[in-house]
Amino acid sequence: MQSAIFQCRPRLQGLILPVGNILTTAALSSLSGATMVQADQNNTLATEPLPGFKRLNLCNAVNDALVTALDTNYRAYVFGEDVSFGGVFRCTVGLLERFGKERVFNTPLSEQGIVGFGIGLAAMGHTAVAEIQFADYIFPAFDQFVNEAAKYRYRSGGSFHCGGLTVRAPYGAVGHGGHYHSQSPEAFFTHVPGIKVVMPSSPAEAKGLLLASICDPNPVVFFEPKMLYRTAVEDVPEGDYMLPLGVARLVVEGNDVTLVGWGQQVLVLQQAAAQLKKADGISCEVVDLRTLSPWDSEMVCASVSKTGRLVVAHEAPLTGGFGAEVAATVAERCFTRLESPPVRCCGADTPFPLILEPVYLPGVARVMEAVRGVVNY
Amino acid sequence: MALPAAISGLKAKDGLQLGMSVARLFASAASQIKVEVMPYKVHRIEAPSNIVGTNVPELMSFYKLMYKLRRMEIAADMMYKAKFIRGFCHLYDGQEAVLTGIEAAITLEDSIITSYRDHCQHITRGGSVMELMAELMGKSEGSTRGLGGSMHIYNRKTNFYGGNGIVGAQIPLGAGIALAHKYRGEPNVCITMYGDGAANQGQKYEALNMAGLWNLPVIFVCENNHYGMGTAEWRAAKSPNFYTRGDYIPGIKVDGMDVLAVKHAVAFAKAYALANGPIIMEMDTYRYHGHSMSDPGSTYRTRDEINAMRTERDPIERVKKLLLSNGVEAGELKRVDKDVKKEVDDAVEAAKAGTIPPDSWLWKNMYVAPLGGEMRGVLPGQYHAPDFDPEYKS
Repeated sequence: MQSAIFQCRPRLQGLILPVGNILTTAALSSLSGATMVQADQNNTLATEPLPGFKRLNLCNAVNDALVTALDTNYRAYVFGEDVSFGGVFRCTVGLLERFGKERVFNTPLSEQGIVGFGIGLAAMGHTAVAEIQFADYIFPAFDQFVNEAAKYRYRSGGSFHCGGLTVRAPYGAVGHGGHYHSQSPEAFFTHVPGIKVVMPSSPAEAKGLLLASICDPNPVVFFEPKMLYRTAVEDVPEGDYMLPLGVARLVVEGNDVTLVGWGQQVLVLQQAAAQLKKADGISCEVVDLRTLSPWDSEMVCASVSKTGRLVVAHEAPLTGGFGAEVAATVAERCFTRLESPPVRCCGADTPFPLILEPVYLPGVARVMEAVRGVVNY
Repeated sequence: MALPAAISGLKAKDGLQLGMSVARLFASAASQIKVEVMPYKVHRIEAPSNIVGTNVPELMSFYKLMYKLRRMEIAADMMYKAKFIRGFCHLYDGQEAVLTGIEAAITLEDSIITSYRDHCQHITRGGSVMELMAELMGKSEGSTRGLGGSMHIYNRKTNFYGGNGIVGAQIPLGAGIALAHKYRGEPNVCITMYGDGAANQGQKYEALNMAGLWNLPVIFVCENNHYGMGTAEWRAAKSPNFYTRGDYIPGIKVDGMDVLAVKHAVAFAKAYALANGPIIMEMDTYRYHGHSMSDPGSTYRTRDEINAMRTERDPIERVKKLLLSNGVEAGELKRVDKDVKKEVDDAVEAAKAGTIPPDSWLWKNMYVAPLGGEMRGVLPGQYHAPDFDPEYKS
């Protein structure tokens, strides 16, 4: 019953689809590359977008992905708090007008209800794209994720599943968010076998990964970097395409140290890598994990085997963060190739602070200090 | 006061009698003015009388307080636009009558807990405008030392339990605080405030059930400003009659823009709660600003509606009219306005001149023990926090 009803768009999993020309993931990342609008020193935005691409910021890219998903699958729904008028970040603008109120609707202020209800919809084979307004508010729904969504297939012996569920939530520091508008809860979700955790780092990544997440026949939590909603602009391919889940992206190639990050931290790592190259002559290899669960340990271990050094960076607190998983796996598998112990450069073990945010975050300066530490070990 | 004795004496009475007796308790001896307020809508309880007694000094105190709260919120709006205040700032202007009426009917021994729209509770619970503005600006002179911000204002001495960012999370806390009051034999209630959006949270019903089961002295106050962020109440709730949503718990609906109606009803509710158990109050009110400073407030409601509220139901104008028609000179009110404006402006200037908290306060109040190497995950050499910080006084 499930395979007949659960129709995603007739696409194969894990392949990039041609949009005009043949594109691969490597080509995608080097072809465009997100640019921070304010820090556009190379004036890359002055050039015209490439043919078949459209210049979008991350929130418009997400919107584009949702339009595509609703267009190609008539049993897809988008729901959440305040999504009808466009959402608090304008990611769902225009969906209600285009697809109608049966498919795009507001929910009451009940996170546990939203996710539970989405699991039920997905269990019937439909595609439920739920929105949690901020990742900080996802915790009432955590029981539904852990005990229902993650275990449905397992506990029913494969009779039922809620693969059509995708939950989107904006996460991450935004400069002034304080305790409850800046959290990065990805580590809690990676600890639960049965759900996937995906975190894009740029507009083109966001659209491709979101379409892949929606189509993936497993429940997915999709954390969007809210600081990049308007500030990251990139040439995004038009039309329908997917980026593979579980595959990491090589952002910058290097030889001396591997920097691993995800979401908005990738931009920080890129900036640190550029500055280290200029100031210290250290060549950093930057890897964007993209999917945290399951994560591309092959790629990261291959990279560390080449460079011999690892620095993982994330905004979430240090203890129990996902960086610990990466560091432990690398230490186990690449022990003899390591020149220095793997280092985690993360947020402090405190609640996300208000005015002391710059002290808490692993910004460019702290990442550079960590890299210098491992290089001079 | 004679209140505890009076309350125990009232335990034998019920409904209408209860309300009238308590109302007489709170109206002062020189009760010259009788005002008819909008009749209360009730659920599973007898409505109190809708004739409220008051007098000019009381009305003047209401006017002064509400005007101070209004000017403070407007100053916060201006400071936010000038980027002295950053982050999330949820303003209370339009809803002043609710809090003023509640505080007039209870004492500082009663506890109060609310959501993130909590700036005004700081003032009514004995704080100063300067401390609040400094907290909004993130300065260490603020009420939470600049570490909490707009959504996290507290006052331990006057039983103000905050200031909570997560919607609806404060409701079970309120029930717990009420249990502590009852356990200690105190004649105090816990005023648990939340909004129409939070009324659809599951944890609210868990708290209602526990409060009803154990007869806790908690007054659930739903400040219904009709919009949960951008969603109108009728779109989020099957039954927007929030005062009936307690089912087995009695409820009363009050015109939240009328401070006298609120005061009278809360006095009634407090006597009821101490004698019998939980009660829900729905305050029909309105916020002029959007949900927060990031929300213009006009994408989901019309400017006509906002202006109509300002002209027809503004709480401060209503009290002003009452004062003017009861012999108070317009000039005196203007003097009050000027004094309040000066107080708020001075407070803003003093707050702007405040100091940023030092970096070492990042680790304050994580656990009871002082900081340093004991902190989980803090490696020596990575962060350095002094063990004893003479600057920090909690």
